[in-house]
Amino acid sequence: MTDTDSWQTAEVGGPRRAAVIRKAVAAAAVIRRAERPILILGHRAGERECNGGRMIDCLIGLARASGCTVVASGNASSALRERGYPPHAAMPAVELGSRLTDPAWTGIDGKGAYDLAILAGLPYPMAWTLLSALKHFSPVKTLCLDPGYQPQATWSLPNISLADWAAFMHALNASLASTEGGG
Amino acid sequence: MSSKDINIRIGELETGIGHIRDLQVRIGRVLDEKWAEPAGPTPFPSLTALRNWDRTLLNRYRPFYLPFCDLCCLCTYGKCDLTGSKRGACGISMAAQQSRIVLLAACIGAATHISHARELVAHLIQEFGRERKLDAGSSVEVEAPVIRLVCGIRPRTLADLEPVLDYAEQQVTALLSATHTGQEGDPIDLESKVLHAGMVDQVGMEVADIAQISAYNFPKAEPATALVDLGMAAVDTAKPVILVIGHNVPPAAGILDYLQDRGLAGGVEVTGICCSAIDASRYSPEAKIVGPISWQMRYVRSGIPDVVVVDEQCIRTDILEAAKAHGMPLIATSEKVCLGLPDRTADAADAIVADLTGGRSPGAFILDPEKVGEVAVKTALAVAPARRAARNAPYRVDPREEAGRCGGCGFCQRACPNDLNVPKAMQACAAGDTGMLAALYDACLGCTRCEHACPQGIPVHSCILAAAGESIRNERFSMRTGRGAIGDIEIRQVGGPIVLGEIPGVVAFVGCANYPDGGRELAEMAGEFATRKYIVCTSGCAAMTIGMYRNEEGKTLYETYPGDFQAGGIVNVGSCVSNAHIAGAAIKIASIFARRNLRANYEEIADYVHNRVGAVGIAWGAMSQKAASIAAGFWRLGIPVIVGPHGTKYRRMLLGRADREEDWYVLDARSGEEVYTGPVPEHLFIAAETPEEAMILAAKLCMRPNDTARGRALKLTHYIDLHRRHRGGIPDDLPLFVRTASDIPITMKEELLQVLREKDWKEIRIPDPTLLRRPARGRQD
Repeated sequence: MTDTDSWQTAEVGGPRRAAVIRKAVAAAAVIRRAERPILILGHRAGERECNGGRMIDCLIGLARASGCTVVASGNASSALRERGYPPHAAMPAVELGSRLTDPAWTGIDGKGAYDLAILAGLPYPMAWTLLSALKHFSPVKTLCLDPGYQPQATWSLPNISLADWAAFMHALNASLASTEGGG
Repeated sequence: MSSKDINIRIGELETGIGHIRDLQVRIGRVLDEKWAEPAGPTPFPSLTALRNWDRTLLNRYRPFYLPFCDLCCLCTYGKCDLTGSKRGACGISMAAQQSRIVLLAACIGAATHISHARELVAHLIQEFGRERKLDAGSSVEVEAPVIRLVCGIRPRTLADLEPVLDYAEQQVTALLSATHTGQEGDPIDLESKVLHAGMVDQVGMEVADIAQISAYNFPKAEPATALVDLGMAAVDTAKPVILVIGHNVPPAAGILDYLQDRGLAGGVEVTGICCSAIDASRYSPEAKIVGPISWQMRYVRSGIPDVVVVDEQCIRTDILEAAKAHGMPLIATSEKVCLGLPDRTADAADAIVADLTGGRSPGAFILDPEKVGEVAVKTALAVAPARRAARNAPYRVDPREEAGRCGGCGFCQRACPNDLNVPKAMQACAAGDTGMLAALYDACLGCTRCEHACPQGIPVHSCILAAAGESIRNERFSMRTGRGAIGDIEIRQVGGPIVLGEIPGVVAFVGCANYPDGGRELAEMAGEFATRKYIVCTSGCAAMTIGMYRNEEGKTLYETYPGDFQAGGIVNVGSCVSNAHIAGAAIKIASIFARRNLRANYEEIADYVHNRVGAVGIAWGAMSQKAASIAAGFWRLGIPVIVGPHGTKYRRMLLGRADREEDWYVLDARSGEEVYTGPVPEHLFIAAETPEEAMILAAKLCMRPNDTARGRALKLTHYIDLHRRHRGGIPDDLPLFVRTASDIPITMKEELLQVLREKDWKEIRIPDPTLLRRPARGRQD
């Protein structure tokens, strides 16, 4: 079994599989290319321990560095607020997913459609099905930043350890900050 | 009953025209005119009779598809790649394929309940006769609200249920045929058929439950039913133990009857898993409930049961192997679950017992519930003494030794539906600490996929069970057994407060035990809503789960809250098929409290329920196809359903769009004008990621256009409070739910008014809401 088999082994989708991103600079390029990225943060980001903190700390770093819109699902909103970084909106992930498939939706701020959805911290099967919905029913590209491979995304990390994930996020945030001046 | 079979049979008759012998005349069906209630427009509705109502709902709550797979594998044209806008060889789109799979699931679920009902009714007619009166309880005049509503008839005897089942079976057959290659291709028409399957499923469930309540004398709309033992530690292992698994109670009743008749009651433990357990406890408080569906492997591997009896539904298909491995003879009792066993129905009970106890056969297939009773008891008595040793060595593994063989590949975790970190726990266990492994017990679903994934062949599930021995030894709780229907008097008492919004809502916890993080979350949610004075209903595996946790005072929810259908009650209606009583309660509010005609008047009643009855279902562990059809039945009545995160695997949600104002207009029945009401209820089917999110959603989805200002203020109080606690801050969408300043909870008035002013909020009218053109025009005229 390789590091690009689905993290949950039975979740085999179909012919089109996510491109694997192994280097932070590649992920940074995907995010920089997007005109309207949106970050969807699930509750697991606030629960999973990583590098002495929680995953959400690295993801807040990403939000700051990229300046993207942040939507919290589950109860990730509380974890963000506790860290002084309230999300732009809090809503169930499927509700946001439904809006992303509507070409007429102008976004949380009313300024236009999003072209990149970045996902992290959702339960694996929920992320799987949500990414599948966006793959089939919207032009939105998707980047999954969880440490488990998600074949239904446009781009996904491979299966990596949490320590490697933290290192990846550190490099990604540094890369984005150096080119965009922070968020 | 509104129709009767007329059969005239003449053995021999001398008449003026000659000698008549063996004459039989059958005159189809004759309508019974005794029911004064006028018949509505849709008796025994066909597949499309309620299509307009469905489209009204589906226009507001549009499917949001979450494909589980990119391919269609249903026919030999395929596999077809449906990615994006591609079509299959038959022309089907990805959207239609998803709806088609949902329809298949709903048909499987409905067929399962209806077939169960057919088997049950046939057996009960054989045992008690066709004219056995239906009796849902002395406080229940509207004894079959779903059947009255859908079919337009009023059943009075067991025989009256047969034409109802004829109808249900015809509908499911037709619905199933619509999924064939080259049939229905429109996603919304497929969704309409899903709703039809759900409605027919409710009919089947109601038939099954009122038949068994009446014939077996189950509790009849009694709020204070007996508290029965629940959990593995409730089993007296000094006695022979029989385990029943499934949903069809006659074999369990046969066992309990045999024990009673032979003076053996109390000498043998009759224990159960899943709905057969609940229904056995409704039949006799002597029966003990071990746990929900996910307890099957836990219990069998404990070595405690001496004999396993399976009937139908939710039985592990490898149960025979598991029973065999632990030396437990198994008796299969339904044509639907034969398990490859020899048919011993016609054989003498003692001969079967001799083969089972002599090791000549691992099991028997017996289609006679009485004989099952005799064989199960005799076998249990015979094998129990020799099995004592097995009971004293449960799970047969040394977790430390097994963990030493673990290579840390992680396949177990990657096979686990809940992504449990088994490798880390194994590592700790190998080093002598079994605590982490034991801690997995609560969140484990008992599916054993971890074991099948392990390249070392480690019995991972057994290791978890062995490590969690202390928890299992203390697993003794209580639950209030299923009460059946909600009494008409109870409906009269709470109908007004529910419709006006002064009871903040009815929250029904139903479904399977496929919980994303163990069952504790379900119990906590149920307790939260009971404390907040919602009416909490429950059934099936969910009803067991919420009884498996204790509060700080050491009490279960059933010991803390009453079983009345009232604010703050925890109402266990019974097994899966008892779900019909929850829908029935909503229907009876329209009928008894609001005096709407019920008979074959589906659209008007559903419109009433949708706009006025603040009810929501939570199927936190939804797993089976039956859960899909049960949910669909609620959707057609306009009642929202929330599922846990695994629920996205049902392949689509039915979501409203709060941001599209044009979706939230109703007709004001007083004036016929179109009036904006705000997004209430906002969704019809939605997956929540966490219990906290589910609770916020449930509070929100209990709002209805008809709420009085006082009622809406109460509902908003709970919504805002839950939101503040679990998400932080005032909800962004608050202005959508405040219609007038009177809706604002008094204790937060200044704060909320300021928020509303900042968001440019304006007052809106409170209408007499309906989505139907017909009554609005009628009243205007």
